[in-house]
Amino acid sequence: MTAVEERAAAEVGRPRKRKEDRRLITGRTRWTDNLMLPGMLHTAMVRSPIAHGRITSIDVQAASQASGVLLVLTGQDLAEEQGSLPNAWPITDDQKAPPHPAMAVDRVAFAGEIVAAIIARSAAEARDAAELVDVEYEELPVVLDLDAASKEGATLAHPDLGTNVSATWVFDSAEAGSGSNVDDAIRDSEVTIERTYRQQRLIPGFMEPRSVVVDPTHEQITVWSATQIPHILKLMLALTTDTPESKLRVIAPDVGGGFGGKLQVTPEEVITLLAAKRLGRPVKYTETRSENMVSGHHGRDQIQRLTLAANRDGTVTGFKVDLLADMGAYLGLVTSGIPILGAFMFNAIYKFPSYRFTCTNVFTNKTWTDAYRGAGRPEATYAIERMMDELAAELDMDPLELREKNWIKHEEFPFTTVAGLEYDSGNYEAATAKAKEMFGYDDLRREQAERRERNDAVQLGIGISTYTEMCGLAPSRVLGALSYGAGGWEHASVRMLASGKVEVITGSSAHGQGHETAWSQIVADRLGVPFEDIEVLHGDTHVAHKGMDTYGSRSLTIGGIAALRAADKVVEKAKTVAAHMLEANRDDLEFEGGKFTVKGTDKSVTIGDVALHTFAAHDLPDEYEPSLDSEATVDPENFSFPHGTHLCAVEVDTETGEAKIRSYVCVDDVGSVVNPLIVEGQVHGGVAQGIAQALYEEAIHDESGTLVTGSLVDYLVPSAADLPTFGSDRTETPATSNPLGVKGVGEAGTIASTPAVVNAIVDALRPMGINDVPMPCSPHRIWQAIQSASSGGQS
Amino acid sequence: MAQINVNVDGVAYSDDVEPRMLLAQYLRERLGKTGTVIGCDTSNCGACTVHLDGRSVKSCAMFAVQADGHDVTTIEGIASNGELHPVQQAFHDTHALQCGFCTPGMIMQSIDLLTENPKPTEAEIRLGLEGNLCRCTGYQNIVRAVQQASSGGGES
Repeated sequence: MTAVEERAAAEVGRPRKRKEDRRLITGRTRWTDNLMLPGMLHTAMVRSPIAHGRITSIDVQAASQASGVLLVLTGQDLAEEQGSLPNAWPITDDQKAPPHPAMAVDRVAFAGEIVAAIIARSAAEARDAAELVDVEYEELPVVLDLDAASKEGATLAHPDLGTNVSATWVFDSAEAGSGSNVDDAIRDSEVTIERTYRQQRLIPGFMEPRSVVVDPTHEQITVWSATQIPHILKLMLALTTDTPESKLRVIAPDVGGGFGGKLQVTPEEVITLLAAKRLGRPVKYTETRSENMVSGHHGRDQIQRLTLAANRDGTVTGFKVDLLADMGAYLGLVTSGIPILGAFMFNAIYKFPSYRFTCTNVFTNKTWTDAYRGAGRPEATYAIERMMDELAAELDMDPLELREKNWIKHEEFPFTTVAGLEYDSGNYEAATAKAKEMFGYDDLRREQAERRERNDAVQLGIGISTYTEMCGLAPSRVLGALSYGAGGWEHASVRMLASGKVEVITGSSAHGQGHETAWSQIVADRLGVPFEDIEVLHGDTHVAHKGMDTYGSRSLTIGGIAALRAADKVVEKAKTVAAHMLEANRDDLEFEGGKFTVKGTDKSVTIGDVALHTFAAHDLPDEYEPSLDSEATVDPENFSFPHGTHLCAVEVDTETGEAKIRSYVCVDDVGSVVNPLIVEGQVHGGVAQGIAQALYEEAIHDESGTLVTGSLVDYLVPSAADLPTFGSDRTETPATSNPLGVKGVGEAGTIASTPAVVNAIVDALRPMGINDVPMPCSPHRIWQAIQSASSGGQS
Repeated sequence: MAQINVNVDGVAYSDDVEPRMLLAQYLRERLGKTGTVIGCDTSNCGACTVHLDGRSVKSCAMFAVQADGHDVTTIEGIASNGELHPVQQAFHDTHALQCGFCTPGMIMQSIDLLTENPKPTEAEIRLGLEGNLCRCTGYQNIVRAVQQASSGGGES
């Protein structure tokens, strides 16, 4: 355990306005698609319109001869060199997976898979020529339904695999020694609740379409990509295409959102790299939104079969989770591990003693799934938080009281959970009390009773989500134990320049999170230099040579701490030089506010003086290397466990089925806060994405496997008019696993909000005999649930 | 090829363009006005919003030839003498952007909204921005930015 430091902080905790804004609000941005290089060529992809079939012929003759076309590539052309796209997380030793070519060679397994590429002088010429490619397919039967795909004798997504099941992974608290046997708990329980929930398929929907530019005209090939993971991409492109890692430089310039959707090594990146290598000229590929919707990975898509065991007094005694997870057609970078990230979260903030999680990963002929904001944890949180409401209804208890009866009390931390994690800190009582007060919980319950009493056409529902999550991915030893292919450390360096200005280099690659501002705040405090004097550099493997990038709410708790450690090393080095300059004993110096002072005297030098003195190097201590530059690589001790209480009031019009959020209150505890402005923004955006899952979004395929929600016309990313104003506040229970006491915040809102909204809708409708509405809870679905219940359909 | 004469951010341009070239493509690829971005292909996201003769348009839903004889203002043309436009300033002050990709379109649409309705209610702001999608902010601080710019006040 790390002691949280008590030291004066001038910058940490301030709502600093962001450094990165200036270029973004004036349009002086560096999106990948902005790049124009001399001689640069453009790519258009030809994609399969069918979900499963053999490629019987590809006629590229007309395309090859079209105006401006330099190269047409098919899967046969690339078969030898394209390798197989990486899956870094084989969750079991016997995990099954088909080869994953960037370009299909002889068979396609989902609609949208790339079958040919045109490289031409202009994007328009490339697209024109793509229309001329004639591909013939022998269609094969498709398997789309997750449940059906998981059964013996199902149509196979990949006939050569012999099964649709990729892997089965189990966590059992009795076997792990972290709890008792769940079957015993269910057998001995006074109440059991059984439910099946569907986590619908979602599309990340970052606003900047993915784009990649490859310039092979230098000894080192430069790859610009709209990616969350320049460092991982560099290694994986090297391994996939048999290019020496030292021959690649990857740059993620300004990146327009990711939400997990840009945590991928994409077919488009591999194909663009191979095309550029062949032609010896820079090549660009920028996807259209419609291409993004079919070929960027999707998220969620699980079926959860749940059994909750409890006593009549409301004490939960066990939870059994049987999960089916839809991989789609292939395993992407971490596809197979996403459900496993949820395995440790189904017990949430509760103390129940027995738990079993069984997950079956299943292939279907759909776009592959992978990380999407929360990645496994929103699904788990939804399941337990919906089930707690169902149990409360069964026992006729207030759902908040039921939760309090079962949650870990603040004095019980650190607490080892039934899933085997050690939660370091938390205070669910404090967050809940604050949220209840802000929300006006008791008044709303009174109004709800009145509306029920008078049989109002508009019913009021109150939804609760008392979530926690594990983030800050992740301690390397844990990742190793889970068979993930890499570690979870992060790297930073701090360079003290001769003029006293400072460069901070972080391996964490921001794409909207505000690292440039937050890291400046952290380092300003450690070095005692002005916030404005610090420049934060990231997203270029030449500049930030080491890094594990940005996902899993890891940046601050690992990368921010690496910056802090590196800054502290700068101070340690500077202290030696300062002692020499002041002709004092090193131990007699104190450092505060950027100044080294000989204790008890007015003799002092600033760290800027020391930097200049070190730069000149005329008079340094013997054996002293003339540099203050320092670096640090931090491997986290533990995950961080933000938590909070989200309360949602929904008005449901029982005549039209419309659900309208009347108020939404969230009190989140993300530990100590570096920049409250940025934290609040992360919470708002996260909550909005969770509400979007509850009410609006779903990727839908027709019976032939075509994505019918393939544009922003059909896939309902909410607008400003669709969302309420959130009441957000915080409690602060510092994490004990890092010196700033910080916890992650990037995914918390998304993890928390979905069950709060659906619980509210179900709460409004429960007197009608309704205990579930499948997501997204559209007016149509709510209306159907009401009709079905009024005709005695649902119990 | 068709010839167009168009004034963009105060500079006159005379160009030959393919009839099918979108205004957004013309701005980005021919004029290097990469502050204006393209986020979709169905005119839903509004990231490409610019002003045509002072009113907002989605530049991906117009051909360059349709801008012939008109004044176009982009995100790069609204600050003057190094002073941010009040709406730009408000976006900065209220943390109304995260990744910033939707921001140019969002700012151009907000300016148009305030031109039409200088004192909008929150509901009017939300409706007025309905054609511009943001995936990062949940819109709350964007609404605050427009409110701040509307009140003419400084930092909130």
